[in-house]
Parts: sequence; C-alpha cells; structure tokens
Amino acid sequence: MKLRTSALATATALGLALTGMAWAEPVEDTLTIETDDGQITMVTTAPAPAHLSDVMDTIYSGWHFRDAETRAMQMDDFDNPGMVFVDRGLDAWNAALGKNGESCAGCHQSPESMAGLRAVVPRVDEKTGKLMLMEDYINSCVTERMGLEAWGMTSKSMKDMLALISFQSRGMTVNVATDGAAAPYWEKGREIYYTRYGQLELACANCHEDNYGNYIRSDHLSQGQINGFPVYRLKNAGILSAQQRLIGCVRDTRAETFKAGSDELKALELYVASRGNGLSVEGVSVRN
Amino acid sequence: MTRQVILGATLSALMITPSLAAEIAPTDVTYVEGAIEASLTGVPGDPVNGKKIMTTRALGNCVACHPISTMPDVPFHGNIGPELNGAPDRWTEAQLRGIVANAKMTFDGTIMPAFYKTGTFIRPGAGYTGKAPEGPLSPILTAQQIEDVVAYLMTLKE
Ligand code: HEC
Ligand code: HEC
Repeated sequence: MKLRTSALATATALGLALTGMAWAEPVEDTLTIETDDGQITMVTTAPAPAHLSDVMDTIYSGWHFRDAETRAMQMDDFDNPGMVFVDRGLDAWNAALGKNGESCAGCHQSPESMAGLRAVVPRVDEKTGKLMLMEDYINSCVTERMGLEAWGMTSKSMKDMLALISFQSRGMTVNVATDGAAAPYWEKGREIYYTRYGQLELACANCHEDNYGNYIRSDHLSQGQINGFPVYRLKNAGILSAQQRLIGCVRDTRAETFKAGSDELKALELYVASRGNGLSVEGVSVRN
Repeated sequence: MTRQVILGATLSALMITPSLAAEIAPTDVTYVEGAIEASLTGVPGDPVNGKKIMTTRALGNCVACHPISTMPDVPFHGNIGPELNGAPDRWTEAQLRGIVANAKMTFDGTIMPAFYKTGTFIRPGAGYTGKAPEGPLSPILTAQQIEDVVAYLMTLKE
C-alpha cells in the first residue's frame, strides 16, 4: 500500500517537473485515512450520478488532483492541519455560549448526533420549505435557541463548527436530494453552473467539466467537487468553506461575485454537491 | 536591458498623442471572418513588451492556458489551449489580431477570453476584486498592448 503510493507519487512529481505539459490523469491512488479509531477508506472515484451521464462517466474527488505531499497530509489525521479546527469546533460545541448559558451539547448531546447531516445538505427544510446550508442550520440554533446574533457565514466560529459537524459524516456517501422540493433550487444552481460570468466569460463547466485534468498555469484542474469541504487550504493556512470556494471561483472570472449565503450561492452549492453524489464526505480534507 | 527600457519609454512618449487620435475603440472594431485587417493604433507593436504582457498574470496571462515553447524560462505553462509556437504559420497577422482581440469571432464558444471587448458581459466585476465596477469597463488589454502581443506572436514562425 505505502509502497505503491510512493512509487506513483514519484511518477507524478517527475511528470510535473517535465513542466506537466500533457493532460494528466487524476492520480491513481487510494485514500485510506489513519484515524484514532483505525483506518477508513474513502470512495474518491465513483460512477457519475445519472444527471451527469451525458457529460461524464466518472466523478473524482479533488484529492486525486493534488500532489503527493498534499494527498499524504490527508491520509493521517495526525498530519491533517484541519483537525485543529475540528477540535476548536468541539470546544465551542461544549461551551455555554447562549444568552442563558445554553450549549450545543445541552440540546444535542455528543457531536456524533450530527452524523449523516453533511452527506445530505444543502437540503430543503421540511417545515419552512427553505433551502438550507449547514451554515443556515447552525445559525438557526445560534439565533433562535441560544438568543445570539447570527454568526457570520464565513466567520471563524462558523467554520470551526462546519469542520466539527462535517467530520461526523466522514466516510459516508454524499447523497443530496435533487428532486421534489429541491428541484427548483437545483435547476437554478444548474443554470448558474453553466453561465459564463464576468469579463473572462467563463462558466464553472468551462474549467471543471470541459477541462478537468488539464492545467491552468500550475493548477491541475479538478472537477470542482465539494465532497471534501470544508477543506484545510495550505495557501491560506486555514479552513475554507464551500461558499468561500464558490465565491473565489466566480471572482476569478473577473465577475462581481455573489455573497456567501445568497440565494444564488445556496442553489449553486446544492447543484455542485449533487455532482458529487456517490463520493465520500471527506471534510476536513487538505488542498493547496 | 537599460537600452530597452529607454527605448520603450521613448516609444511610448512618442505614441501618446498620435495613437489616441488613431486608436480604434473596442466597440468600433470591424471583424471580417474573425480577422481585424488594420492595426488598432497605427503604431507598430513591440514584441518585447508583447512577451511581457503574455506572461503577466494581471495582463494577458496567455501562459495560463497556452504552452509556448519559445518561453522555457517561464515556469508552468497551462495546456488548455494549443501550443502557440508556429501560430503565424497557421494564421495571418490580421487573423491573429482578431483572435487576441476577441477569439469568439474565430472560434465559436471558445473558452479563450476576449481581450479587447468592453461589453456585453454577465455580472462583470472590477478586475479581480469580486466587486461591481465603478464606471465603464476597460478592455483587459489596451489597443497598443494587443498590437504588442500580435507583434510577439508574429515572431513565432517555425
Ligand atoms: C478559470 C477557471 C475556473 C473557473 C471558471 C471555475 N473554477 Fe473552480 N477552480 C479552479 C481552479 C484552478 C481550482 C483549484 C484546482 C482544482 O481543485 O481544480 C478550482 C477549485 C474549485 C473547487 C475546489 C475543489 C477541491 O477539491 O478543493 C471547487 C468546489 C470549485 N472550483 C468550484 C467551481 C464552481 C462551482 C465554479 C463556477 C461558479 C468554478 N469553480 C469556476 C478554476 C476555475
Ligand atoms: C482560458 C484559456 C485561454 C487564454 C487565457 C488564452 N487562450 Fe488563446 N486559445 C485558447 C483555446 C482553447 C484556443 C483554441 C481555440 C478553440 O478551439 O477554442 C486558443 C487559440 C489561440 C490561438 C490560435 C492558435 C492556433 O494556432 O490555432 C492563438 C494565436 C491564441 N489562442 C493566442 C492567445 C493569446 C495571445 C492569449 C493572451 C493574450 C491567449 N491566447 C489567452 C485558450 C486560451
């Protein structure tokens, strides 16, 4: 296992050194993570969900497109810098943060009670009919049940909590609903995915559907999957939420971006998540 | 090196007045089957500056997508677009000017951005700030920068 990985890793490093001109396959490798409770193996390659069958056969986690060193950091929780944020999230979970001393733990017991949630959000809330991101669920507790001001969508407290809750679903299969009440939101997200925004007139699909495997400068283009989110991003030395990544990609088309938590980015996150139905939840993953 | 800088400075000083009058605005460009026949400025392009524009992220950043084998000193070329060495063997100067100014006039629906276009865009921003633009948009490259890039491309005969 270890041996095969390093041989492949060397090959990739070499490929890159020869300036990586050629299309590069997503690296063939298996993501088995050493955790406190033993090993878990992630599904990082899967048949494309039915709604993508006319554009691609196989979906890949972004992990396959990163270099050997970055991939390795995610293969051992001890080396994964994102785990610090999971721990910070756990401290917040147990703390008496609420106006009257309420804590997340007081209502939900252990964070393990959240297992499975990351795999199915964004989703339409049954009671309100609204499309909910994980952030929206967190904020509904923060405001309605703890009497606090809403946390900023991309604030530290929010991202620590995203890290903790996503971590509870690690290894579970992404399976967001695209039909029923979700259908109109999903359609809207799909339309955004194929719209060529900004002065560069680029759609998500131009890079992540038509050109994954190719290089934009030194960046090996992945399929832009969000099964690994939130990610620990080496470049920022911090946690990046899916909303932040979407904002960054829109900005890079020389466009006026959408705000985190806007109707547009919520719909887009649902649609992008659905392109990863079948992959494992990896959060907190490591990316460069 | 110093000579180049002085030369560049002299050239641009000379350029300013006449080029403003002669310059063709992005909205006034005529494309004939994708090509632009006449120079956008009437001032010959400077291939040295053209190369710089093509490798500078905030300007043309052509290497983000194109491998260009005449620039081995520039690290990490992308491979979204075709190799540019040999481009003038495949295209005339007028066609290259058209491709750089607005490649969509030559390649329908191409991923290659239009570098000399000011409208119409969906949610254009102020550069890479993510914010809405304050005033009217400028093209990504100026008319003279387009001419400079075309001048460099014309040196790539194989
Ligand atoms: C100009 C090219 C370009 C466009 C257009 C673009 N992206 Fe990206 N995107 C990148 C690059 C480069 C990266 C970093 C390498 C990678 O993971 O593909 C990236 C990364 C991502 C990631 C992180 C994947 C991971 O595993 O870490 C997501 C998610 C993503 N993009 C989604 C989108 C969406 C959604 C859109 C449209 C709103 C979009 N991108 C538009 C270039 C682009
Ligand atoms: C986002 C990617 C991208 C960027 C940036 C880009 N190009 Fe292109 N370019 C392409 C693609 C793709 C093609 C092939 C046309 C097609 O099939 O769509 C192309 C085609 C060309 C051609 C024709 C090549 C041939 O021999 O057929 C030239 C010349 C060219 N580009 C020059 C440039 C220059 C100069 C710049 C920068 C000022 C630039 N490109 C920036 C993607 C890009």
